[in-house]
Amino acid sequence: MRFIAIGCCLLALAACTRERRDLRPAPADLVVLGDVGRQSELQPGGRNTQAAVGYPTQGNAYAISEGQRLFGWYNCTGCHAHGGGAIGPPLIKDEWIYGAEPANLFDTIVKGRPNGMPAWGGKIPEYQVWQLVAYVRSLNNLEPKSATPVRSDEIQQDPHAILPKPGDSPK
Amino acid sequence: MSTLITERIPEAAEQDQLEWVWRNQRGIAGWFSVTTHQQIGKRYIVTAFIFLLLGGLEALLMRLQLAAPDNTVLGPARYNQIFTLHGTTMMFLFAVPVMEGIGVYLVPLMLGTRNVAFPRLNAFGYWMYLAGGLLLYGAALANTIPDAGWFAYPPLSGPQFSPGKGVDVWAQMITFTEISAMCVATELIVTILRMRAPGMSLNRMPMYCWSMLVQSFMVIFAMPAVMVASTVFLLNDRTIGTHFVNPAEGGDPLLYQHVFWFFGHPEVYIIFLPALGMVSAILETHSRRGVFGYPAMVLSLVGNGFISFGLWVHHMFATGLPQIGEAYFTAASMMIAVTSGIQIFCWLATVWSGRLRTTAAVHFVFGFIFIFVMGGMTGVMLASIPLNLQAHDTFFVVAHFHYVLIGGALFPLFGAFHHWFPKLTGRMLDEKLGKIAFWILFVGFNLTFFPMHIVGLYGMTRRIYTYPAEMGWGPMNLLATVGAFMIAAGGAIFIANVMRSLRRGPVADSDPWEGGTLEWATSSPPANYNFAHLPVVADRYPLWSPKEDRGIVVGLRNDRREVLVTTTLDADPQHRFVLPGASIWPFLTALGASLGLVGSVFSFSWYYVATVLGMIGLIGWFWPREPLEVEP
Amino acid sequence: MRCTTLAILTASALSAQQSAVDAAGSYAAAIRSLGTFFLILLGLIFLIVIALALIPLTRRHRGIEQEPLEQTHQPSHGTETRLGTMVGIATAVTILILFGLVVASVSVGKSIAGPSTHANSIAVEITGNQWWWYVRYANLDPSRIVVTANELHIPVGRPVMIRGSSNDVIHSFWVPNLQGKRDLIPSRITTLWLQADRPGRYRGQCAEFCGLQHAHMALWVVAEPAVQFESWMTHQIEPSVAPSSPDEQRGKEVFLNSGCVLCHAIQGTPANGQVGPDLTHFASRMTLAAGTLPNNKGNLSGWIADPQTIKPGTKMATVPVKSEDMQPLIDYLESLR
Repeated sequence: MRFIAIGCCLLALAACTRERRDLRPAPADLVVLGDVGRQSELQPGGRNTQAAVGYPTQGNAYAISEGQRLFGWYNCTGCHAHGGGAIGPPLIKDEWIYGAEPANLFDTIVKGRPNGMPAWGGKIPEYQVWQLVAYVRSLNNLEPKSATPVRSDEIQQDPHAILPKPGDSPK
Repeated sequence: MSTLITERIPEAAEQDQLEWVWRNQRGIAGWFSVTTHQQIGKRYIVTAFIFLLLGGLEALLMRLQLAAPDNTVLGPARYNQIFTLHGTTMMFLFAVPVMEGIGVYLVPLMLGTRNVAFPRLNAFGYWMYLAGGLLLYGAALANTIPDAGWFAYPPLSGPQFSPGKGVDVWAQMITFTEISAMCVATELIVTILRMRAPGMSLNRMPMYCWSMLVQSFMVIFAMPAVMVASTVFLLNDRTIGTHFVNPAEGGDPLLYQHVFWFFGHPEVYIIFLPALGMVSAILETHSRRGVFGYPAMVLSLVGNGFISFGLWVHHMFATGLPQIGEAYFTAASMMIAVTSGIQIFCWLATVWSGRLRTTAAVHFVFGFIFIFVMGGMTGVMLASIPLNLQAHDTFFVVAHFHYVLIGGALFPLFGAFHHWFPKLTGRMLDEKLGKIAFWILFVGFNLTFFPMHIVGLYGMTRRIYTYPAEMGWGPMNLLATVGAFMIAAGGAIFIANVMRSLRRGPVADSDPWEGGTLEWATSSPPANYNFAHLPVVADRYPLWSPKEDRGIVVGLRNDRREVLVTTTLDADPQHRFVLPGASIWPFLTALGASLGLVGSVFSFSWYYVATVLGMIGLIGWFWPREPLEVEP
Repeated sequence: MRCTTLAILTASALSAQQSAVDAAGSYAAAIRSLGTFFLILLGLIFLIVIALALIPLTRRHRGIEQEPLEQTHQPSHGTETRLGTMVGIATAVTILILFGLVVASVSVGKSIAGPSTHANSIAVEITGNQWWWYVRYANLDPSRIVVTANELHIPVGRPVMIRGSSNDVIHSFWVPNLQGKRDLIPSRITTLWLQADRPGRYRGQCAEFCGLQHAHMALWVVAEPAVQFESWMTHQIEPSVAPSSPDEQRGKEVFLNSGCVLCHAIQGTPANGQVGPDLTHFASRMTLAAGTLPNNKGNLSGWIADPQTIKPGTKMATVPVKSEDMQPLIDYLESLR
């Protein structure tokens, strides 16, 4: 019985995160980590793709959906296409040059990266950066499936055409 | 009936045997395995009234938010959730199920039989309905609340514009309630067509049974449409990425609207037709004469049923359709005023030529006539395309459909409660309190909804969570809010009356209103087997014919749940039929199906779980067993 | 009765700026006349039916409980026949009346479907967005195309064809003083004809539920005489005015260097964002945020600083603007006449 009760509470909590709508986003309550970006693909230890720290838009369906909209509005598609990469690197991948932690992604968006990624800090508000982070993570299945939309209302690409195949050389 | 007579058993022993064969099992497992129509009907009614209270609370919240311009009781996100819940609850979890429940309770009694044709399907239907309601409100407790309206038009309700699981829950809840409605419709059709008392040819059937028959056929044609819309189109688009309603990939958002309203308009009549039957029953009993123009009434019921499938497009005039089609749907929409008009005229003729007792039930029926006729008039206005283009999606429409739905269904329902409460419980409701509740409800209702006609014409659109003060809609909205609280007060008095009468009401005899139809021929409340001897009928109102003309069926076995099957048209006895007894399998099957359906909102793999669990449930359900032939 | 009296008392507050009752054009007037006709006829029928229902209530049947049941249940054959005739007549009258109403309705429907000739008409494209209106005056000469938002200027006395569509969900274009509504559906183009016969400002509002800010999706139609309309049009074709003071110049730099340009365009500057309303002649518009606030400096600074409080859920981002940059930015935007 107790397990059922605890399970229900957890379910409710999970649902709360997923369904919450921050229509009046407060300034992010997270301190932005320092620049943890690296210039090399080498990394210590195993592959690091887990969310280690919480972040404001984690697992939130509304934020992911807004992130998806902003991804198009702010022309992220211009370089990254719909995640498959074009003149910019793909965003659906296993290896992240600058780390796959939410804070890394946040830093990448805010501060920009060499070879063309512009710095968006000061142009778009912090809450939208987190929404973009959530969306990019959802592209990599790092967000719960139940919070991620299965499709947009746009013409769909064949997912097999954009996922890098094993053995493909990185772009 | 002489062919059926085999031997006579003494009365008392007969009763004991019936009592034993038709008893409900004790204990928790017993409670879950009930299959008698009275129990299940009552469960439907009680559950539906709980949802009515929830829907009413949501309505009050909305009225609080709209009471003043620029109000901040609810934010936009909450307001959208609340109005979605309100519409969904009232349509799917209250209005249809309560009508089905009353039908399940009354129809076998009125037909003079012992149970519905498929008792286990009946139980299964109830559990599915309950599971659907629990799904919606359980999800609401976890803050997963749909917010795209009770109609959920894509693309707004689609995966891109309604993130989260709220709309999925909504769409799956529809599946539950529609399965339930289909179950009831199927069993009522078979019960009505094949289990009437001998001699009750179709033209001697009570008007209420006619209305349930037409309604059940409508359910069978209308409900699959909404399942196509909500499950096939919307849920698949949202959960597995299909493109039924995505224009970029060749889908069409208007297709959803067509299919939805092909269900949505008949839905109104699915709610309304049983109410027509109730009004006929109440008026003929309390005017002490048979309803005037029986054939015309039956034909117009059937007419309503057919025509209501031909006017769904009047919900979509603003989408811009070809003119010739629009003219057709205008004509069709107005045509339904003819069949509804005939019913009103026949009731007026009944009242004029009868000797009316102004009981509380009759008060509610007159309230119904006032409100419903006004709703009908605004309905004729809305059928006209030019007027519709101005009034559509404004508060004028909100006023209109509350006039037809509250006036057309809720008032008759309250009347029906006063009328049949003695039969259900064996106690009378207090007449004086009933009349007080009526007047408060009636005044409150008009105070709430009449001003909405005016603000609608003055430009107030529907589903807005707030409005600026300059528009001048404030005072009328305040009136409406005051009226809404009056309705709540009236409802509270009604509930108090029911609670009080359940314990201390005067004991009712079998026929307190001197009604003419068969439900009054048995004790109040009826025994589980309804009638010790199934009646034989020679007249439309058997209880009004001289006592010596009333016959009974003998020769049915009492040591198992046996009923008489009669022919479809003339109700000539055909053969005896053993109904299945109590069983927990309908509950278990419903449980398995519910698990699968709820899970499939989150992950596709639950469909397999549902299939397996459903299979196990059905195997248990249909497992061959010894016939129930145990002597007490 | 009580509610009717109260309704009359409160009706005085109602405004005529967004009202199907105060018709300002021939289409709306035709609909209003039809509505009046329906209202009077159906109102009369309603009163008759209610009177017929109430009369039997005034009769008292004392002692009916004592009468034997057999005698009370069937009125005489004569009564039944008479009642049958009356019900028959009432049904026939209903059918005739409804037939008349269908004919009236269809003929008015034809007359509001558009002018017989398209000469002298103008065409405007309206695209619904969550939660604002994109307005574009079509022209064969691309240099004469005008793009604006949330405000529709039309010449008095000339038919205007609205070609509607949507960028996201279904919206519905409705200016009750001028015409009935028409849904704006993604992937489809729907049409509607408007005509204003007297100059004025008429408010319209989205009528199809479109999400969080459905309540704050209004637009204004400004109907003006031909001369004024033409001069408005000529002005709108121009690129934006150049800043006339150092403050405004500073504001322009703030605009171009901030996130504003990601969504908004100002013709004559490098700002070319396409997803938000065009701001080329922003200061000439009456309202902010799709009719939510009057357009003035105070409201504008509030709107830029915290749009999510004024219109929770709006797609307008809370763009980071330094406090010392705010005043120049507002000065610049409010100079874009």
